Amino acid sequence: MKLNKVSGSATVLILAIGIVGSAFVATSAQGAVKASAATSAADFGGLKGLVAACKVEKALNIIADPHDWANYGQIITGFKKAYGVKINEANPNGSSQDEINAANQLKGTTRAPDVFDLGQAVLYANFEVLAPYKVINWNSIPATFKAANGLYTKDYGGIMSVGYDASLGTVTKLDDLLGSQFAGKVALNGDPTKANAGQNGVLMASLANGGSLDDISAGVTWFKKLAAAGNFINVDPNPATIASGQTPVVFDWDYNQAAVQAKFAAAGKKWNVFFPAGALVGAYYNQAVDLYAPHPACARLWMEYLYSPVGQNAWLKGGSRPVLLDWMIKNKTVNKASLAALPTVKGNVVIATPNQSKAAADYLTANWTAAVGTR
Amino acid sequence: MKSNTGSALRGAGIRTWRKHSAYVGVAPFLLLVSIFLIWPTVSVVSGAFQDTKGKFAFSTIKSVLTSSIHLAAFKHSLQVSAITSITGAIIGALFAWAVSTGKQDGFLRRICLSASGVLAQFGGVMLTFAFLATFGFNGLVTTVFLKFAPHSFFGHPTWLYSMTGLCIVYSFFQIPLMFLVFLPTLDNLKPQWREASDGLGGTTTEYWRRVGIPVLTPAFLGSFLLLFANSFSAYATAASLISQGSIITPLEISGALSSETGSSNPALAKALSLGMVTVVIVVMALYTLLRKRVSRWEK
Amino acid sequence: MKIWRRTILILVAFYLLLPIAAMADFSTKSLSGRRGFDSWRAIFQQPDLISAIMVSLELAAIVIALVFFLVVPTVVWVHLKLPRLRRVIEVICLLPLAIPGIVLVVGVSSIYRWISIHISESPLTLAAVYSMLVLPYTYRSLSASLNSVDVHTLAEAARTLGASTYKMLFGIVMPTIRSGVMSGAVISIALVLGEFTLSSLLNFQTMQVEINLVGQSDGGVAVAISLAALLFVFLLLVAIPTTINRKSQELETELA
Repeated sequence: MKLNKVSGSATVLILAIGIVGSAFVATSAQGAVKASAATSAADFGGLKGLVAACKVEKALNIIADPHDWANYGQIITGFKKAYGVKINEANPNGSSQDEINAANQLKGTTRAPDVFDLGQAVLYANFEVLAPYKVINWNSIPATFKAANGLYTKDYGGIMSVGYDASLGTVTKLDDLLGSQFAGKVALNGDPTKANAGQNGVLMASLANGGSLDDISAGVTWFKKLAAAGNFINVDPNPATIASGQTPVVFDWDYNQAAVQAKFAAAGKKWNVFFPAGALVGAYYNQAVDLYAPHPACARLWMEYLYSPVGQNAWLKGGSRPVLLDWMIKNKTVNKASLAALPTVKGNVVIATPNQSKAAADYLTANWTAAVGTR
Repeated sequence: MKSNTGSALRGAGIRTWRKHSAYVGVAPFLLLVSIFLIWPTVSVVSGAFQDTKGKFAFSTIKSVLTSSIHLAAFKHSLQVSAITSITGAIIGALFAWAVSTGKQDGFLRRICLSASGVLAQFGGVMLTFAFLATFGFNGLVTTVFLKFAPHSFFGHPTWLYSMTGLCIVYSFFQIPLMFLVFLPTLDNLKPQWREASDGLGGTTTEYWRRVGIPVLTPAFLGSFLLLFANSFSAYATAASLISQGSIITPLEISGALSSETGSSNPALAKALSLGMVTVVIVVMALYTLLRKRVSRWEK
Repeated sequence: MKIWRRTILILVAFYLLLPIAAMADFSTKSLSGRRGFDSWRAIFQQPDLISAIMVSLELAAIVIALVFFLVVPTVVWVHLKLPRLRRVIEVICLLPLAIPGIVLVVGVSSIYRWISIHISESPLTLAAVYSMLVLPYTYRSLSASLNSVDVHTLAEAARTLGASTYKMLFGIVMPTIRSGVMSGAVISIALVLGEFTLSSLLNFQTMQVEINLVGQSDGGVAVAISLAALLFVFLLLVAIPTTINRKSQELETELA
């Protein structure tokens, strides 16, 4: 009898908590519904409304945006100062795939990423986690740089290059890296099966060795040669490894090389950048809003900030080619000094199409590990 | 006053309750364990027998067993485990012997036990940094060797991120673990046996050959197996050391959990895990059998 | 033989101490090449690192509480009242040894996703699965203590003298097996502070996860904090057994 009474009241209590709890959860989600469905600033009643909505949310979660990657540091600091919003930066050295994984694993929590900066291959495989949003300057973005439905927009582009510590010698062609002075020194920025920079590094090697954007196998073979010579290390280069000299040769985007060059110059050393002749591989990254963003208003305000002259000029200063560059040159909002400092490249820059990226990704998944696997 | 039938029924109820009330005491513990230990294990084992759509199938397991990449990772895992447990067992046993022949309550023994406890159970990420500080590019040993023997093994630390590096880093927690596990066995070697052997005219070599080694072998083998299971299961050190590529099975599992192919095939991580669990259970079962043999003469 | 002994001790000591010395050397190198504590000072300039250390310490405290108030009483309870379940509990407690952390995380990630959404996002929820990891070590120290002290007689005596179940468990039995509980607790602290696999793959920022992250941008700080953590646990392991040995010796002489 006593047991029945106890269990009975316990059940009622638990039910009560459950009902009240879920009601609470439902109402708190109510306010966020509007913002997460917004497809442009007009849905907030203009930019002022959007800023007000973001100030209520008070935070933004970004992921895999290192401070020295295309000058993201300046953008992050600028955004924080302009709107008084806390920015939570997760996994700075993560790959595009890491961003999607975080979104999937943290879905429904307040730690999920709000915005993505993805490479092409990962982007095209994950449309279902993106929310469409068209920034105020949408019509000024060239048609080839955006999705018609607003699901994503290209943000900045660069050309794949090889950066190296000048004290190791001079590199005039890719095969120079097979020399003995580069033993255990050559690194790819990211695992090619996960990171856009890694994949394009192998694509560049492929083009330099008779392959094409449709055929990445020549690149994999070249890296296999590099690994067999003992020159390739399977380490992610990051500020710590470059500073310590652990990765003195890095396959990475030219804007990232620019950042290393600046750091080396400040320390009295020299970092050279080499573009293989006839193998100029370019690529743009893509900005998109997470469909399940815990801070939907701030996510969209971030997009507006990036696609305004302030954000675009910051990326330009970082040595990359922002998508609104021509528009800014036309209406004279471009930072002339940064424009002049952009590296000029001789030759034809080729960019992989989504299909070519996917084919390359598939080939790498099947063959990369076996090619450069462990000794 | 309550009726007799009522109180009789209630009495029976109370007796049943009293008989089984003790089980209520274990309920919270069992609840915690079922949610956080039993269910995950069951979910991994059963999930391995599913295909990409979640239906019962052997396809995932078959694809793992026939894939050269997965088999290579498995082979590397077994190799690293074998090498580090053999070296760890031998060196750790010698270390344990050196300490066990010393003072029982001495300062040396206490320090060695604590240091081994730290290194054996506390490794992971910090061990990686310890090794990078020692053998990495700006490491202590590398700088010294660069000065005196620049072209030697230690002057070119590229091996740090390969199987060789993994073996050397792993031995850093295998040796202390062997010390911790084997020391009690050596402590239990009764000095009366040595006295008896000496009394019967046996030399040191004969003692070891006829008494010491046969008695110690099951314990030694058991400890070796424990080291093997420990090395095979290790993940943190490898994960923080090797940032690209998955050369051993635990790295493959974390890759499967986070890769694009992995999210479209959740059974892959579980199938690889099943492989790991099978090896570890077999090894631990052998270890338990050997320990039973050891405990018989330890009493 | 003494020479062999000395040689082995020196060689092993060298092998084990070398990385510690290297860490001390590495973390005191400053940019200009002179000796300096820049890296050590920089630890305090990393708020994420400090908060991650706090999280790990809090987790250790919660795990010890779980061990103290749930695991130990259960094992003692089973030892006393449910001898038939003893085998079952033993298997359960030793099961984590057969399930590598990386495998456990595969099975537990869906549970933690549910917990993150419906109960709490806090990394302190990790304490539940961490207490599973410490089970084998706790059980081993406990069963050694339980087998050495005649717990049945103690419990019976307490009961006949009128102690409640709670008082019997926590007031009489637990203190006598204190050495076993303490050594289990110390190992739990070391394990929780050193845990990386589960926290990193479940996306929680604990101390080890943060050290790994810091290491990607500043090697000196990562090495410094690793050295500090290793020394901390070492001192813990050295200090606590001494107090236990003394107290348990006192207790044994009293009981005798």
